[in-house]
Amino acid sequence: MQTRRIRWHIAVFLAPAVLVYTAVMIFPLFNTLRLALFTEVDQARVYVGLENFRTLFFDPIWSEQFWNALGNNFWFFLIHMLVQNPIGIALAAILSHPRLRFAALYRSAIFIPTILSFVIVGFAWKLILSPLWGIAPSMLDAIGLKSLFAPWLGKEEYALTTLALVSVWQFVGIPMMLIYAALLSIPEEILEAGEIDGITGASAFWKIKLPLILPSIGIISILTFVGNFNAFDLIYVSQGALAGPDFSTDILGTFMYRTFFGFQLQLGDPHMGSAIAGAMFAIILVGVCIYLFGIQTRMRRYQL
Amino acid sequence: MKRKVLSLALISTALVTSAYAQEATLTIESWRNDDLALWQDKIIPAFEAEHPDIKLVFSPFAPTEYDAALNAKLEAGSAGDIITCRPFDRSLGLYDGGHLSDLSDLEAMLNFSDVAKAAWQTDDGSATFCVPMASVIHGFIYNKDAFDELGIDVPSTEAEFFAALGKIKEDGTYIPMAMGTNDQWEAATMGYNNIGPNYWKGEEGRLALIEGSQKLTDEQWVAPYETLAKWSEYLGDGYEAQTYPDSQNLFTLGRAAIYPAGSWEISGFNTQADFEMGAFKPPVRNAGDTCYISDHTDIGIGMNAATENPEAARTFLAWVASPEFAKIFGNALPGFFPLSNTPVELEDPLAKEFVSWREDCETTIRSTYQILSRGEPNLELETWNASANVVRGAESPEEAGQRLQDGLANWYAPHQ
Repeated sequence: MQTRRIRWHIAVFLAPAVLVYTAVMIFPLFNTLRLALFTEVDQARVYVGLENFRTLFFDPIWSEQFWNALGNNFWFFLIHMLVQNPIGIALAAILSHPRLRFAALYRSAIFIPTILSFVIVGFAWKLILSPLWGIAPSMLDAIGLKSLFAPWLGKEEYALTTLALVSVWQFVGIPMMLIYAALLSIPEEILEAGEIDGITGASAFWKIKLPLILPSIGIISILTFVGNFNAFDLIYVSQGALAGPDFSTDILGTFMYRTFFGFQLQLGDPHMGSAIAGAMFAIILVGVCIYLFGIQTRMRRYQL
Repeated sequence: MKRKVLSLALISTALVTSAYAQEATLTIESWRNDDLALWQDKIIPAFEAEHPDIKLVFSPFAPTEYDAALNAKLEAGSAGDIITCRPFDRSLGLYDGGHLSDLSDLEAMLNFSDVAKAAWQTDDGSATFCVPMASVIHGFIYNKDAFDELGIDVPSTEAEFFAALGKIKEDGTYIPMAMGTNDQWEAATMGYNNIGPNYWKGEEGRLALIEGSQKLTDEQWVAPYETLAKWSEYLGDGYEAQTYPDSQNLFTLGRAAIYPAGSWEISGFNTQADFEMGAFKPPVRNAGDTCYISDHTDIGIGMNAATENPEAARTFLAWVASPEFAKIFGNALPGFFPLSNTPVELEDPLAKEFVSWREDCETTIRSTYQILSRGEPNLELETWNASANVVRGAESPEEAGQRLQDGLANWYAPHQ
């Protein structure tokens, strides 16, 4: 009888990834959550349990900022879901059309902003939209629509939507690429079988392709959700840590940054900052769980 | 043979190293990245000429990143030996946290008045932890060519000020005033704290607010917001999205006539603008009123308590406190006015104009800096927000005053 050998190679091959991931992700994450349970009194760290979270959710000064940031974050996410993903899917559908010329060129051109740094995107758009030096006012002027121009980034009612659209511009390439790949993986036979049954053109997209790419759309939605609720860079670059005007572009990321590191005369409070980071983690976790257990398991899959 | 050479090399290296050990290198943390050239070309050579055994490295951050970055470096133990000090609580926090050394026994501290040192002392005044370097004065810088062209005299009262703005607007060649609300602090620092001291009578009002005998809802604290709200019609198109650098460029490109300023702009404007500039102090409310200006102790310099070269650091700080440094600094950076008791002869005409107001007017510092920004919500940041809101018309002056007062009363005992 042969004794079962311990398969050391599994542990050996897993070790580097597990160690690195633990050191740079898992440990900091749990340490941050731990930090949220403390506060500082007279230079000493004191354990206070969930007191920081109570302050965050029930102290009017904190909760008002928190709910404002959370609401803004949902709006930011909603714009991405309503604008970025449908446009991404539409672009992918157009690009996958066999008779489209220069498809590779369009694909790269649309994807390029994704690889740009937030700093470049934020700064470039700030210049484009600048009422003083921007090209947006003069372009609108050229087609006689100058009256439509407003200093969008400086108006409470438009600033967040404007930034969300800038972010959409930057990241529309990601859903496009993922959907494009999914569309390419649909076998020709299925489409041909559909054609024989008289399903062509647009109805082929709605009735055959769309159901087949639904799982990819689900993945994109969850990536958008996680990305948006972790967003910080674009807002910080274009509106600063105070996320003006009047906190109308404040999202959880900027709120956490301000609290954790402090800003101008406001001193940083790592403990409250960690509490906000903890809340962000919880929100994202809940969102991902709803998707994983509520949606993905019910999604119909087709064997291709 | 080979081994011998090797050991010889080792010995000589050891000797050289020990000779170098005498030499201390001090790294200076600062938020004044604009001053990098000045430090490298003027200040550091002047110091090193006198103290050849001490080397200086000036390593600045962008102003908005400085505080967060410095805190992180101090916590990690990687911060430089010399730390540039923000006034009041920022530095007091560092001192209380054990990051800044007490410098009260530094002999050169006698070169400074109590007012100058107040920004870097404990509340009871028992310990001073930074050497005062410079203050900045608020006022308005104007385009002299534009004023001559339109035949406008320098305004000294508020009525004249708004008449001048009206005239510039009517003419249409220039944007009357270059200020935006995008960055918020412009409206608070160049706006509210620039004109405000004339309303709350400088130190009198500021100290009364700290003491709790005046409230932010009082007339003298709300009225500056009312004046600020009137500015909006004289600002450029789309001022809501105009940032601080936009405002600076608008003015230095000659497109705007008046710039609500802090004196720190002088050196930058001198190199950027190709027209003649003048300055006027914040206009008083009625002719003949005493004028008050904000002469804000803005920058000090202290020693990292964890430095490995405390002696060298103290030598350097003593030199910073000397009249010699004041002279180099004051003239190399017109607009940052040295705080030392020995008067410094300034050469820049614009800087001279600013500093001359110290003789005619009562001076004060920004109202929110001492003690009042210790709690949550932070009064200084709330003031930024309120000032920008008031200019944009998103909040009425009374509402703004009420909101700030409520925020202050939330944590500050004398107002409860």
